[in-house]
Amino acid sequence: MANTVAHTNPLDKVDHLEKLMPHESIINEEGEHVVLPQHRHHFETEEQQREAGSFGMWLFLLTEIMFFGGMFFAYLLYRNWYYPAFVVSSNQLNVGMGAANTAILITSGFFMALGVWAAEVRKKNLLVLMLILTTVFGCAFLGVKYFEYKEKYELHHIPGSSFSTAMFTNPGAYHLKEEPLAPDMAEKTQIFFFLYFAMTGMHALHMIIGIVLLFWLTWRAHKGAFSSGYVAPIENFGLYWHFVDIVWLFLFPLLYLINRHPVH
Amino acid sequence: MAHEVSHDQAHDPSNVVNPEHGEHHIVSPLQYCFVFGALLIGTAITVGAAFVDLPGVLNPVIALAIACTKAVIVILFFMHVKYQSRLVKLTVGAGFFTFIVLITMTLLDYMSRAWGMW
Repeated sequence: MANTVAHTNPLDKVDHLEKLMPHESIINEEGEHVVLPQHRHHFETEEQQREAGSFGMWLFLLTEIMFFGGMFFAYLLYRNWYYPAFVVSSNQLNVGMGAANTAILITSGFFMALGVWAAEVRKKNLLVLMLILTTVFGCAFLGVKYFEYKEKYELHHIPGSSFSTAMFTNPGAYHLKEEPLAPDMAEKTQIFFFLYFAMTGMHALHMIIGIVLLFWLTWRAHKGAFSSGYVAPIENFGLYWHFVDIVWLFLFPLLYLINRHPVH
Repeated sequence: MAHEVSHDQAHDPSNVVNPEHGEHHIVSPLQYCFVFGALLIGTAITVGAAFVDLPGVLNPVIALAIACTKAVIVILFFMHVKYQSRLVKLTVGAGFFTFIVLITMTLLDYMSRAWGMW
């Protein structure tokens, strides 16, 4: 090898690549190898690297499916066991707020998808705008959720020592058109609300983590990190955000809607 | 895609010369708009259907069918799985399949424990 410099200290070269900002093409002394800083040397092609990234992200999302799946299963089982309690407690949820939140979350996901597109076509300002809109709608979702939780707090529908079954054992006193439940079945409404808070709370935690990541991504996008062909962080965050979206697409009908019809 | 190339190109064990994932598809904003519209319509239908008293167990079945349709639309288009390589498609499919197996087996256990005891 004529060029001994390249072999003396490979770590120097890696360091050099890491520090290069903004991302640009590099041609080595022989003028043969174009390396982008985001293109790791152990991948044959950039496409292979991109696919490996998507694959890894999907493996993570599969563990998330199993995580939420456990709670979905608990819901399914308890709904079958304590159906009357689940019907009346589900009817206490606010369908209007739930439906509005579904639309808000779909809108947020729509802007996220447009953000991925903006990164692909290297429109920096559009990408920043889309990420901000994604964040705004994400925060709006959490805002609506706050008012829903507040309502549950006021009605003593948060499981624990202050939980009250009064609305379910004596619905007439609360102007509810429900059949009164026997006290032991009315106690089971706590299980519904426990699952409601566990599932929507875990979903909201994922939203909060996502919004924190969105701040970080927006800042990096603003500095131009994702407008020169390097879109992997935006794309993989998009996968996460859409996954959180999908969880809500199932939570909404299961918690708010499917028990509704017995009431007239 | 591998089925579009000739045999010798497809015979590429390390998947480098003509990788299956070689072409990178960018979904257009117009397509996203259609997906967005479809999801909002799906939401409106599922809310409307919840207030209609359907016979038997049709209410939850329809609500879940709409939710599954919406989820598939999100996965295919927003999450780009339609345009991904077979590896990613298989990964996604295997994940959901495993999830359904786990739910089914666990539910079978719970339902059959007290079989005939009521």
